[in-house]
Amino acid sequence: MNTWYKSGMPWVWMSAGSVGICIALVIGMLFLIATKGLVYFWPKKVIEAVYKQPGSEPVKIIGEIYDEEKVSVNKLEHIKNILPSTTQEIVRYRIKTGNREVQPDFKIVEAPFLSELTTPRDIVMLERREWGNAYGRIKEVLHNGSVVATGSEAWQEFSRRVEKQKVLFDQITEIEKDEISSINYYRDKNKFRFKKLELNGDKDQAKLDKIKKDQDELDIRFNAAIQKLSALQKQFNEDSFVFELAGGKTLTLPFSKVIGGYRPNEMGLIARIWFYIEKFFAFLSDVPREANTEGGVFPCIFGTVMMVFIMSILVTPLGIIAALYLREYAKQGPLTQLIRIAVNNLAGVPSIVYGVFGLGFFVYTVGGSIDTIFYPEVLPRPTFGSPGLLWSSITLAILTLPVVIVSTEEGLTRIPRAIREGSLALGATKAETLWRTVMPIASPAMMTGLILAVARAAGEVAPLMLVGVVKLAPDLPVDANFPFMHLERKFMHLGFHIYDVGFQSPNIEAARPIVYATAFLLVAIIIFLNLAAIMIRNRLREQYKFNEG
Amino acid sequence: MSNTDQLSAAELLKESISASSRRRAFRMFLDRQAKFFVASGGIFVIVVLMLIFFYLFYVTLPLFKSAKIEDKGRYSSLTKADESTLWLGLDETGTVGTRILSSGKAFFFNTADGSIIREESLPLSGNQQITAFSADGSRSGNMAVAFSDGKALIFSCEYNVSYDKKGARVVSPSIQYPFGETQIELNAEGNAINLMAYRAREDEAAIAYTFDGNIAIAEVKKETAFLSDAVETKTEITRLETQSKADFIVMNQGISKLLLTEKSGQSQLFNIRDLTAPVLAEEINLSRNGKKITAIQILSGGESFITGYEDGTLAQWFEVSDDNNKKHLTYIREFRANNAPILNVTAEDGRKCFYSIDQSGLMAVYHSTAHRLVTTKQLSAASKIGLSPRADYMLEDRDGQTGFYALHNEHPDISWSYLWGKVWYENYKEPAYIWQSSAANDDFEAKLSLVPITFGTFKAAFYSLLFAVPIAVFGAIYAAYFMAPSMRAFVKPTIEIMGALPTVILGFLAGLWLAPYVEQNVPGLICVIFGLFPVFVLTSFLWSHLPETFKQKIPEGLEAVILIPIIMFGTYWFLSFGPILEKFLFAGDFRAWVTYSLGIPFDQRNSIIVGIAMGIAVIPTIFTIAEDAIFGVPGHLSQGSLALGATQWQTLVRVVLPTASPGIFSAIMMGLGRAVGETMIVLMATGNTPVMDFNVFQGLRTLSANIAVEMAEAEVNSTHFRVLFLSGLVLFSLTFIFNTAAEVIRHRLRKKYSSI
Repeated sequence: MNTWYKSGMPWVWMSAGSVGICIALVIGMLFLIATKGLVYFWPKKVIEAVYKQPGSEPVKIIGEIYDEEKVSVNKLEHIKNILPSTTQEIVRYRIKTGNREVQPDFKIVEAPFLSELTTPRDIVMLERREWGNAYGRIKEVLHNGSVVATGSEAWQEFSRRVEKQKVLFDQITEIEKDEISSINYYRDKNKFRFKKLELNGDKDQAKLDKIKKDQDELDIRFNAAIQKLSALQKQFNEDSFVFELAGGKTLTLPFSKVIGGYRPNEMGLIARIWFYIEKFFAFLSDVPREANTEGGVFPCIFGTVMMVFIMSILVTPLGIIAALYLREYAKQGPLTQLIRIAVNNLAGVPSIVYGVFGLGFFVYTVGGSIDTIFYPEVLPRPTFGSPGLLWSSITLAILTLPVVIVSTEEGLTRIPRAIREGSLALGATKAETLWRTVMPIASPAMMTGLILAVARAAGEVAPLMLVGVVKLAPDLPVDANFPFMHLERKFMHLGFHIYDVGFQSPNIEAARPIVYATAFLLVAIIIFLNLAAIMIRNRLREQYKFNEG
Repeated sequence: MSNTDQLSAAELLKESISASSRRRAFRMFLDRQAKFFVASGGIFVIVVLMLIFFYLFYVTLPLFKSAKIEDKGRYSSLTKADESTLWLGLDETGTVGTRILSSGKAFFFNTADGSIIREESLPLSGNQQITAFSADGSRSGNMAVAFSDGKALIFSCEYNVSYDKKGARVVSPSIQYPFGETQIELNAEGNAINLMAYRAREDEAAIAYTFDGNIAIAEVKKETAFLSDAVETKTEITRLETQSKADFIVMNQGISKLLLTEKSGQSQLFNIRDLTAPVLAEEINLSRNGKKITAIQILSGGESFITGYEDGTLAQWFEVSDDNNKKHLTYIREFRANNAPILNVTAEDGRKCFYSIDQSGLMAVYHSTAHRLVTTKQLSAASKIGLSPRADYMLEDRDGQTGFYALHNEHPDISWSYLWGKVWYENYKEPAYIWQSSAANDDFEAKLSLVPITFGTFKAAFYSLLFAVPIAVFGAIYAAYFMAPSMRAFVKPTIEIMGALPTVILGFLAGLWLAPYVEQNVPGLICVIFGLFPVFVLTSFLWSHLPETFKQKIPEGLEAVILIPIIMFGTYWFLSFGPILEKFLFAGDFRAWVTYSLGIPFDQRNSIIVGIAMGIAVIPTIFTIAEDAIFGVPGHLSQGSLALGATQWQTLVRVVLPTASPGIFSAIMMGLGRAVGETMIVLMATGNTPVMDFNVFQGLRTLSANIAVEMAEAEVNSTHFRVLFLSGLVLFSLTFIFNTAAEVIRHRLRKKYSSI
């Protein structure tokens, strides 16, 4: 015992435990996010049961068991006396009952009061464009108010019509999103062209006529699109169906509000896997619905990628040039050393400070000046003078500059002097030595720096909240309207989406799965990028061992 | 033939030499260009990075600059010798000035050159003389005069704005009579009114006045006649039952307080919420150090009184509730710029600024809450001043001359002591540190003390370091000194991934998953925190008693791997043990126990959550740097120690750690720097309430989260906006200091390692 203590083994094991805790924390966290995020798309069984709380009428409920928890009886004062005195704790379910327009989305029920629990095969889960999911049974399908199918045929007819409606819906969105929004965009432009002429005091009749002509053309196109749209919409609204909720209440719902209907209890394993894949891709490719609590995250992915892409274009050359200057050209003295320490420190400056700087300097000062010089006709509506994609990218480029500089410099220092001297001895100039020998050898280090910068930028949220991210951007920063790239637009971002949906949305409980799914997506991207950086770095180190040997 | 051959060879050589020299010249040119390009690019990047600091500094600087008073013009005021100026005012844009004279004349003039735009006379009858005057400071241009025969007249200066054909702004000023042109009878006996205080509301006005040693209040109500537009007024007069020989009377803008003060300082404060039944609220002496009062004024907001004394000091007073909820007029703070007696005090409308003029003619501008002398200007003892509604222009009358000034005083409300010291705000019982930048009502005064949010920043950093430092430092020791290389190759990337996890993810897990979980399982969590390390020791003990043959099969340095399942089971077991503990020790509900038995508020998103979540974010920073420092300790030191017979642990504690300790310290500093600046985690894992309480079960608000929450709603270039920039600068400076200190220590350490 004494020798064991004196050997210091308890301390060694305690320090080993600390490493263990770190690893357990990482694995635990990733596991938590992955399970909660990935389980979201798996079709759950829909149960039908009778819930009878003592002293009240029995209620029939249909829904998914969302989660369950064990609760100590002591914390349930109101039902403590009803339960047998031997019960220590009971199971409490949170059941997603859906049909938000008629009842609360969730119902909390205590397991002892639940009876006749079944999973009938004919229960339909409706995914809808409004009011969230609905659970119940399809009773009748109607066309213009008259019954087309009832009973067991109703489900088949329903499935057929849902498919048909999907095609119509795509056509309608295409007109709304592409045609009409494009026409509106050019109409807006036209208005400002006119205003600009006015501002400049330009009374050139030819220019005015051109604007007028364009305007008329746009109006004609607009009317045509509206007509086409209303025809489609009429067709779109023709069909409806009767939906029976738990307890026998029926609703007549139009097909136009339905995305799809499924019978989860009927699905076999293959069907479930197929459903899962379908839902996962829908999540990646759809736009958000219902104040971001449903639907997909495509605009967020697009915004994040776009922002990171522009940032990379900016940060790579700047960071590499700065590192080359510091390492290869600047005189190595106390001043350079001081600059190096300062740059190192900037990597540790809180990101929100960069956000504040970006807002004050880029958005208000630079952006404001751009607006007064180049877009006087649009004022007081800001163009570049309000937060947007360009400013976000630049702010994050500055934020990640130290990362790239430090990493590239490290790569440059690692290159053996012999390589440089060899090149110079053969008569190459300094620039040629750098370009032909030093830079290629240091390129993996630069790559590592860039990947780390990208990973940092993709996960950074705080500064973006000040310089350009919004909860819901109506348009993507890239579209078919001239000049195609709209860098002044605000954009959506995966990280901010997590914050916004998880903490600012009105229905946090219902939004929770989507937050986990988004978090999983973000974590996966960032871990992938970091692992890539680590692998490149390790390869790089191997290479130097070879060079030095 | 050979000759020509030779020639051509020579020519070729010459040519090739000239070509290669041309090429060399070009290459040299490229080299210089590259050098220039890289150097200018590099310097540009470095300058941009340095720009951050200077820009933040540039934005916050106006907060601390003293105000400027700029002379814009001086001209004759065209008054006769027997006329004096009663009141001076300006319109919103400072283009039209107004002068009301004691003779009852009103001049509207162009402020740029003093040219008269319009002249009006108040409807005075016969030999009436103006004996008293009062302006309602909170409604610009609204005022009343009283006469030698006990009558009074209410009027206002209106500036109608229209635009002419060219789109230029035209201001047409006039005198209006909101309560009709008919004079109000304040005293039926016809005694002269000596002093008066006037305030107006929508359809009513109150005038408090003295005559012949008496004090009375008149309530004036406007009644528009049913059919015609003619305005009729109804006046009700109530005499105050008081012995006060008031030398000053002041009424607040809400018409609820009336202060009567004698020069000796003897004062009576009346509650006049009901104008027909005034109640004496308090009798108090406002004199300080036996000095006589020479001026008195009420500040915007109607809570604070400013008294000026004969020794040049000014004091602020407002009502403070005592423990029995009874209000007392209380001395708050003192201002002084000079020694000469204060002659008069003018209050700004909308801000808590006031302007005093003393016997020596010095005008001093103060801000009450910020306790700041904003600026001074030498005028004359005879000067009379008037402010524009937004206090950006000022007129001054003296000796027949009018001066026109522009005031550049955007941020009088900030001072160093205001940001970092306790401030006694109106309606508060005592001085306090408060951050409260906005509220629903209009006349709200922002309270921008940086102390609570800085406190919150350090509180969050403290709890997270409390969680992170033991784990990270112990972990680093193990990883650097005991761990098997094969495991190192796995652990280091894992820790790097941990450091790269977006903080928004950590924050969201903390806020949405951990917080509700911990709320239900605090006792279990406490068990985990205090139980895991003893479990490690126990495992070590059991391990040392395993048969040697078994131990030899497992390579050394894999203790951490063995412990992972133990950690998982241990955590699970401790957490399920929690409810049992809760039942026996805390009557089954820990939260209720904390709230009711300890009397401590319990927030769901509290400092425990922040500590854990931010701890996870900080661990990798500390771990990596500390591990570097320990790993870098030269091998011969420990080898020497081991060779002398010390155990591994002895070597570590006596030799390696003392050498590496500066590095570990620097690692903790870096961790602190990161914890101080972290935004998303604290934003999501705390309730963001700026409370000053070290309680673990309560939330907090940090500098960074505060910026994230409020920046979007702050008006550009307002005081709030600049203070947020200032907090950004504070954050920047804090982290810069921590990081530089850490960097310098590490630099020295590296030198030390290379020398031993």
